[in-house]
Amino acid sequence: MNSVVCISQVPDTESRIKIAADGKHIDEAGLKFIVSPYDEFALEEAIRLKEGKGGDVTVVTFGPDRSAQALRECLARGATKAMHIKGDSVDADSLGVARVLAAAIRTLPHDIVFFGKQGVGTDNGLVGPMVAELLDVPQVNVVTHLEVGDGKLTAHREIEGAEEIVECSLPAVITAQKGLNEPRYASLKGIMAAKKIPIDTRSVADLGLTDSDVFHQRVTFVGLETPAEKSGGRKIDGADPSAAAQEIIKYIREEAKAL
Amino acid sequence: MPSFPGVDYMLIDSLFSEDELMVRQTVRDFVDEEVLPIIEHANREEKFPFQLLPKMAEMGLFGPTISEYGLPGLDNVAYGLIMQELERGDSGLRSFASVQSGLVMFPIYTYGSKEQKDKWIPKLAAGEKIGCFGLTEPDFGSNPGGMRTYARREGDSWVLNGAKAWITNGSIADVAVVWAKCEGTIRGFLVEKGTPGFTAANHMGKFSLRASVTSQLFFSDCRIPLDNVLPETNGLKYPLSCLTQARYGIAWGALGAAMGVFNTAVEYSKSRIQFGGQPIASHQLVQNKLAWMITEITKGQLLVLQMGRLKDEGKLKPQHVSMGKMNNVNIALECARMARDILGANGISDEYPVIRHMMNLESVKTYEGTHDIHNLIIAEAVTGIPAYNPPMSAKAEKEATERAAAEAAKK
Repeated sequence: MNSVVCISQVPDTESRIKIAADGKHIDEAGLKFIVSPYDEFALEEAIRLKEGKGGDVTVVTFGPDRSAQALRECLARGATKAMHIKGDSVDADSLGVARVLAAAIRTLPHDIVFFGKQGVGTDNGLVGPMVAELLDVPQVNVVTHLEVGDGKLTAHREIEGAEEIVECSLPAVITAQKGLNEPRYASLKGIMAAKKIPIDTRSVADLGLTDSDVFHQRVTFVGLETPAEKSGGRKIDGADPSAAAQEIIKYIREEAKAL
Repeated sequence: MPSFPGVDYMLIDSLFSEDELMVRQTVRDFVDEEVLPIIEHANREEKFPFQLLPKMAEMGLFGPTISEYGLPGLDNVAYGLIMQELERGDSGLRSFASVQSGLVMFPIYTYGSKEQKDKWIPKLAAGEKIGCFGLTEPDFGSNPGGMRTYARREGDSWVLNGAKAWITNGSIADVAVVWAKCEGTIRGFLVEKGTPGFTAANHMGKFSLRASVTSQLFFSDCRIPLDNVLPETNGLKYPLSCLTQARYGIAWGALGAAMGVFNTAVEYSKSRIQFGGQPIASHQLVQNKLAWMITEITKGQLLVLQMGRLKDEGKLKPQHVSMGKMNNVNIALECARMARDILGANGISDEYPVIRHMMNLESVKTYEGTHDIHNLIIAEAVTGIPAYNPPMSAKAEKEATERAAAEAAKK
């Protein structure tokens, strides 16, 4: 059972994001980058499959030089191989990224291709489904439970107010939702072993793709803005409770217009 | 709970290798996600957080510098960073790991027989078995050479008599590494839980290291197999070599506690508003405290980093470790007191980690060689004179030891 896990390196979810001078990118200076949290569920599921059934877990990412660190972290947790397609993935739209990953996956043995249900960088949730279409394989998205049998899998997925149970043939694409498993911490032994595994580094051209396949954006960022600063709350003097209550009701009716 | 951003004023991270940083980040995440949410409760209830052990073992935090038995074989800087992050969680948790790795696995691995190693190292690493280290006695702390625990050979057994005090993990340990006077020297013995004549009782009423178990051990005609002596041990330098391991980890660990309280103090001072709508971080007296703290932490970081590199090269001496332990615990305790002060009344509540670290560090200042004794070791290295045991008292002690041994033999 061979798995490919596609991961995205994203700014730490606790980062204070600053917008770069061009108004269309974020300022990466001083940011800490992490493996996108949903990708951790994808990786954990692939490692558990490997532990149960053998085979390889190849972790793949498309991104700049710094993304190699994210691959190392995945190797430390138990992935067995890694491929880094170098490029400015922030300048590709979801389809561009999907084309790169699909081209990479075609070169790798894959019974199941795992993604997080979305990358927390742009939160589009498009790349996994697009890769499934490009590879022409079945996909099950937002998966919370997975059983893999001989040549097929059964996946549970969240739908509005219920759970849907889906069966499909292999190979297939799975996108992982929180709850699929509890990701492990890297072991110290894993960290030491990871540095001995070479990362297979490729360019977009090595995969037979042109810049226009990847960087011709159908969807572009017109601008980025930070959310408006929260204004300080308003204090109401509570010395006279009935007057304070009157004032609160007046606020709810006339200013907040909640009633 | 927000994750810990680290403290790195002088870009010291650039001096660590990629694996050292990954090790630190892994343990840092574990402490943020698993330790900090439960530690105040454990401290308040005076309960060791056993629930953390399976994950700590799975990560490989016990005996991580050993490379046999499938263990990670980390360098000493990576080991130090583990201790730093664990103690940012709690000194008691770091104490558990220090004892398991530095005081139990280290002597068994270094001075034990192959059978002893095969029996204990894998289970101690897996956290399936817990160890403790019995050197200190009720009447012998800074002067362990005066110990009154004796082992005598009787047929196919060693027979142990005596008592040990202030033993981390004592009552929860499956195996105790016990140091006793024996045939004119000091040797280490492995005593298993449940051996007749061996009992343990916890020290009660501790205001420090409350999330860690501290016990007295009693040996009353406790009979153990002859094979349970650590064969390589022969003299006080053997238990002291174990302490050097543990003290090395403490020098790193104390910095973790200092970083924790510093980070809390900075965040608190930036959000606490007094006098004219300004945060107290804008007050010069508060700034002075924060500047002192970050300066001392930074100096401490450079000290332990150099210690770690020397240790990897086999050049680290006990007097180097004394300086690291003495200095870093001292500044960590001062940082905790300053942070307590900056937090005002909130500083005494366990809603914040500061008072817990402050109380813990009072123990850390004393155990594993007191602050003063470490200063005497440093000064001995400088002057050549061992002021902790000058020639006259050494002579008197030798005579007292001989008298006690003669009396023990009569019994």
